[in-house]
Amino acid sequence: MDTYYNPADLKKFGNIGEFQKEFADKFFAYYGAVFAEGALTAREKSLIALAVAHAVQCPYCIDAYSADTLEKGCTEPEMMEAVHVAAAIRGGATLVHGVQMMNKVKELSM
Amino acid sequence: MLKSLKATGNQLADPAFQLTVLRQDVAEAGHLPRFADKLAGAGLWPLRPLAPAVLQINVGKMCNQVCKHCHVDAGPDRKEIMTRETMQLCLNALAQTDIPTVDLTGGAPEMNPDFRWFVEQLSALGRQVLVRCNLTIIVANKKYHDLPEFFRRHGVEVVSSLPFYSADKTDRQRGDGVFADSIRALQMLNAVGYGQPGSGLVLNLVYNPAGAFMPGPQAALEQQFKRALSKDFGIAFNSLFAITNIPVSRFLDYLIESKNYAGYMEKLVTAFNPTAAAGVMCRNTLSVSWDGGLYDCDFNQMLELPVASPARHIRDFDAAALAQRAIVVNQHCYGCTAGAGSSCGGTTA
Repeated sequence: MDTYYNPADLKKFGNIGEFQKEFADKFFAYYGAVFAEGALTAREKSLIALAVAHAVQCPYCIDAYSADTLEKGCTEPEMMEAVHVAAAIRGGATLVHGVQMMNKVKELSM
Repeated sequence: MLKSLKATGNQLADPAFQLTVLRQDVAEAGHLPRFADKLAGAGLWPLRPLAPAVLQINVGKMCNQVCKHCHVDAGPDRKEIMTRETMQLCLNALAQTDIPTVDLTGGAPEMNPDFRWFVEQLSALGRQVLVRCNLTIIVANKKYHDLPEFFRRHGVEVVSSLPFYSADKTDRQRGDGVFADSIRALQMLNAVGYGQPGSGLVLNLVYNPAGAFMPGPQAALEQQFKRALSKDFGIAFNSLFAITNIPVSRFLDYLIESKNYAGYMEKLVTAFNPTAAAGVMCRNTLSVSWDGGLYDCDFNQMLELPVASPARHIRDFDAAALAQRAIVVNQHCYGCTAGAGSSCGGTTA
């Protein structure tokens, strides 16, 4: 193995069933259902997936959903705004813990 | 403005070289199955034609645009155009058949000096005429400004490429300023009734991806286009056809230059859909080249793969013999059978 992440592995995602078929089948059926048109459009779901892909920093998911959002007709500004949403939530999640820090500092300080 | 592959002496201007590239994957890598084998697996080999519904006539490679993805390698530097004599041969052939629709393509078909005469004759023959209009030709020169009115007079169905509803993506694929000119032309078509409810004048748009990816679901894209074009420019149209870019000519060159060729082909092969394969347009369409050659489709025409039938020229048109032929396929055909399928009329599955 040359690297931990090999772009070619993305195409092998379906192979996870080789080691545990039942759960893989259930997962892929669920995955397909989640991304189908529903109360949210498939396009909206693709943008959410792109944002989450960045939040969880999964290079496979970023590859997959960059292509998928393009295919769904998303514009580049829409895609980048989705990434900013992920960044804002991640940044906010860090910063909101600042309140915890402040509480602790106040508790310990005169 | 870009130049055609032919004008720049690019090797890919040679159809034989394109076929070598397309076949290499099978020979060298061995991981891409032959399209014919894939068809056989779906019980569709040899691929047989159905009753012809469309005669698609390419009246020339001359065009006012040089689009990056053009499978015709069309442009202002291309001089191959159909003569009135060859048009007459097409009319003679059509008169022997009941093929209801004639689809005129190019290049920019309107640049052929006999274009209007041909439309009038086809119309007089009682055939539905469809013109693949690139839009910008309408505003390119004063002599073309009345095209919307000419189309209206002959009940011509207009099919026009607009890769996206914003300028950046459209201009990246079709050239600087193309989006703004296309919008002006669409507004001129709307003004004479095209795309307007109840007018009977059909204006369809063609979406094709501006890059090495597949088109998304056609219905969802149509909704997006309708919403955006109406809101931003007050433009109406009938339907959107989502078309997959076929790895031929300039799009093949783009794929190779951008190092997307292997990934794109693999994507097309993985997405092979037997239902789309059964519904491919070459089964009910016959294609005529600017010099009268007969082909199974416009892509085969550009790859110089003529029909597998004794009559290979429109002057020798023989409907009965053509009905017996096997359709000629090659690796580029994966473009029409991937996902929801692709044809000149959009998805097929």
